[in-house]
Amino acid sequence: MELVLLFISAVLINNYILHYFLGICPFLGVSKKIDSAVSMGLAVTFVMTITAVFTWMINHWILIPYNLDYLQIVSFIFVIASLVQLVEMFIRKISLPLYQALGIYLPLITTNCAIMGLALLSALNNYSFAKAVVFGVGSGLGFTLAIVLMAGIREQLALADVPEPLKGAGIALIVAGIMALAFLGFSGMI
Amino acid sequence: MVSSEARKKMPTKSIAQEYIKGLWKENPVFRQLLGLCPTLAVSNAVINGIAMGLATSFVLIFSSVVVASIKKLIPSQVRIACYIVIIATFVTMADRFLQAFFPPISKSLGPYIPLIVVNCIILGRQEAFSSKNSVGRSLIDALGMSTGFIIALLILSSIREILGAGTFLGHQVMGAWFKPWIIMMLPPGAFMTLGILLALALFIESKTKKKTVKRTV
Repeated sequence: MELVLLFISAVLINNYILHYFLGICPFLGVSKKIDSAVSMGLAVTFVMTITAVFTWMINHWILIPYNLDYLQIVSFIFVIASLVQLVEMFIRKISLPLYQALGIYLPLITTNCAIMGLALLSALNNYSFAKAVVFGVGSGLGFTLAIVLMAGIREQLALADVPEPLKGAGIALIVAGIMALAFLGFSGMI
Repeated sequence: MVSSEARKKMPTKSIAQEYIKGLWKENPVFRQLLGLCPTLAVSNAVINGIAMGLATSFVLIFSSVVVASIKKLIPSQVRIACYIVIIATFVTMADRFLQAFFPPISKSLGPYIPLIVVNCIILGRQEAFSSKNSVGRSLIDALGMSTGFIIALLILSSIREILGAGTFLGHQVMGAWFKPWIIMMLPPGAFMTLGILLALALFIESKTKKKTVKRTV
């Protein structure tokens, strides 16, 4: 039950983009078309899940037992960078269509603060292994939800008459603000 | 991540110009749209904004100097990884320092201090500037960019704190008649304020320059 609640809160209430402000760059950059937004969301969900597993193992089996927790930042960023590289090579071997769908977005994910934020938040909150994995999957899906919704709105927005200085990032941020306002409504759920 | 000036050679710029460009013309937040995540996240109070700005400046200045001084030793294939290690070292120092001397600030900034490591302003400056310029120029450039980032954080956090709580740095500035706009403290307020500020920056730019402004997003 606790896990279900954690999942729902990661997807809707503590949404990575709209509550923690993590991953704003891809959120603004890759949200012009629904197709690419879906691919980006799936790539992030995928990497987040693996990152959650690996950083938990490193944190609990290596860093904490040997009192090395001051190395958290350095080791997490390294794990994420090499994981993304490995995943990219693996997907290219296993499935070419999947690689073509996710391919260009994977390297971008390394510097995506959402992934690093996931590793840090799950270490900060001292999640158990099951919780960390659920948190990873939920956060990834929450990211996908927000970016796909945003892409849908922006496809319509392309046809709208937006004042000149607001075009581009300005109107995107204001739309994100209205979305965040709507998502605040979920906070009464739990 | 590579800004437009990376492609142009710029040995002609004077030291003062190198510094001033970070304040407005290439302001990391308003003009380059870099580092938006920490900008949005910590701007709910002026004190948080200042702490974040100073921590980021520390990391940016020291990593720029280090990268500029060892740029000849770094093989270009693994340069990004090298930059990340250098940045992560200084971020760890900043994080530990805040935890030891300013525990309340460290607590309220939470994961956002360690997240400086993936702040695109810092990595962007190493890739676009420090890896190609002398130590002195990189230092000036880092100082300018840091000032620009702090200014952006100050503007956004002042607006949010004054309208959202009626206070500035914890002191009451609005009269008793003022009802705080809670929404400014919450995420929607952050998004909308920054959106309006970006539009304002573009508007001022188009009025002063009288030419079309290229957008990155």
